[in-house]
Amino acid sequence: MEELIHLFPNLYHGFSVALSLQNLMYCFIGVFLGTLIGVLPGIGPLATIAMLLPITFNLPAVPALIMLSGIYYGCQYGGSTTAILVKLPGESASVVTCIDGHEMAKQGRAGPALAIAAIGSFIAGTVGTILIARFGPPLAEVALQFGAAEYFSLMVMGLVASAVLAYGSLVKALAMILLGLILGIVGTDVNSGMARFSFGIAGLTDGISFTVIAMGLFGFAEIVSNLEQGGGARDLLFQKIKHLYPTKNDLRLAWKPVVRGTAIGSFFGALPGAGPTIAAFSAYALEKKLAKDPSRFGKGAIEGVAGPESANNAAAQCAFIPTLTLGIPGSATMALMLGALTIQGIAPGPQVMTQRPDLFWGLIASMWIGNAMLVILNLPLVGLWVKLLTVPYRLLFPAIMMFMAIGVYSLNNASLDLYMMVLFGFLGYVFVKLKCEPAPLILAFVLGPLMEENLRRALLISRGDPTVFATRPISAGFLIATALLLCVMVIPAVVNKRKEVLAADAA
Amino acid sequence: MKLGKLWDNADFWAGVMFITFGVAAVFFSRDYPMGSAMRMGPGYFPHYLGILMTLFGVIIAAKGLFGERERIGKWAFRPLVVLGVGIILFGFAMDSFGFIPSLLILIVLSTLAGREFKLPEVILLTVVLVAGAVGVFIYGIGLPYQLFWWY
Repeated sequence: MEELIHLFPNLYHGFSVALSLQNLMYCFIGVFLGTLIGVLPGIGPLATIAMLLPITFNLPAVPALIMLSGIYYGCQYGGSTTAILVKLPGESASVVTCIDGHEMAKQGRAGPALAIAAIGSFIAGTVGTILIARFGPPLAEVALQFGAAEYFSLMVMGLVASAVLAYGSLVKALAMILLGLILGIVGTDVNSGMARFSFGIAGLTDGISFTVIAMGLFGFAEIVSNLEQGGGARDLLFQKIKHLYPTKNDLRLAWKPVVRGTAIGSFFGALPGAGPTIAAFSAYALEKKLAKDPSRFGKGAIEGVAGPESANNAAAQCAFIPTLTLGIPGSATMALMLGALTIQGIAPGPQVMTQRPDLFWGLIASMWIGNAMLVILNLPLVGLWVKLLTVPYRLLFPAIMMFMAIGVYSLNNASLDLYMMVLFGFLGYVFVKLKCEPAPLILAFVLGPLMEENLRRALLISRGDPTVFATRPISAGFLIATALLLCVMVIPAVVNKRKEVLAADAA
Repeated sequence: MKLGKLWDNADFWAGVMFITFGVAAVFFSRDYPMGSAMRMGPGYFPHYLGILMTLFGVIIAAKGLFGERERIGKWAFRPLVVLGVGIILFGFAMDSFGFIPSLLILIVLSTLAGREFKLPEVILLTVVLVAGAVGVFIYGIGLPYQLFWWY
């Protein structure tokens, strides 16, 4: 313990902040609410955080962020519970958990599946916390030396990565990024004071609130498409969950996947643009590849739960690294967290660590506490979550609508925000129908003003010479990485297309 | 080219949507000063984003026309319209009638968006939700809204 304190003096400071009774309470409320809503199928972490965001507005910055990150882990984990018990992933990162987790539940082993998911998540969360404490400060040091050109290129990389890793068509995802950037322009230009794309509406001169966009695109649109599908017929297992604890054999099989999942998740989480979903998929693929008997997968293999669950939690945790140290969110969810930071009057970036050490380290310590709470909270409360799942959707969605409406209205006490939310809700539903994934859009929307500002500054310093992005080494590195990412995506597509053409020729 | 089922072609309409947004961005930013690369004016970023976006729209639409067709499927107009109207009326009512009437409008309208509508259930749900919301948001968090227009 003594050594640990020396190794991580800052972390120690963080724990002293996070362990205050008040902060512990907010952490608990966050985890509880997050799980509660995360368990409900069809509501992902984005919608959950957007919905619960207004609750934190009246709190000081530290408890507000502690509560929000509690919500984030909570809904992440709640999604896994739903995936295992109902085979309806509450969020995209638990899609793979469905495969073997639900199979285990069918065999009457829902208890061990949930327990392994919780334990794996806890271990991954612990490692993630240590990684942030260890690598956060040096990364922030590096980031302090970034100029406008580096920031611009880094954001380009993050955005392209989010498009590459999005579901579906790459071109569409890139177009969604452009649309997000354009939406980010709405409002008063900081340099010229000119109102852009505000169409003479006074409420638009401050720009569109990202909560409004997030709730419209993710909340409203999701409800409409859920209703379209008949509100989800559920394949719920009503059997009582008897033994909760995994057997020795389960643990023997699961520990290695937990370690590997944690490693994969940490890597993808720290990468801007990637996130829990891709981490979970990769972990599942890896476990299947490494398994002695791959045919067990899909039939209730515990490795298929342990790996992805650890990976998505490690990724969720490590996603805070770029968000907090660079001020650049790695995912749409992180963009929401950054937005919350801005609402609290804190400019995100590497200076947060030095200027607000209580916030930074308190948040990190509370992440670990939040993860511990998840284990303590979820295992005994499984019964409650199961009950919650039996509530029919026709009773749930009016409640969700109510929360969204009150939340959006309370942002500025302005009904314009509600009308905008409906507009984005309609747009979001159109995106769903046209198979355009909205996550890259919201990330671009948050980054848009930053990107324009840094582009402007970089070009001002270089006297209008665009080669500045390629001649500064760090910036060039980011751009090369971006190009590589795009190539990786394009090549298999080219290969597949060519195969099709060749096959058609042969026939 | 598969013009026959154009209305059900996701990529084509996605392309059209992006072209519309792109052209609109260029059009509405036409009066903003462009500046130069060295001193970017407020029109620079939106103008080039709009052009780039239009190009992407064209590519996507072309993919829809010449590539494999991805289907759109049926549109769920009923929940879309009913829920949209519910939120808009809620906003309107919040400005003039107070918290509780607004919630009543929103919740009852929302339940109409679903396929099943059972009156006793809806009444119970409404009472529970309104009571909960008043407890949490007005007395718990302390949002400064009037409960009714007179109170």
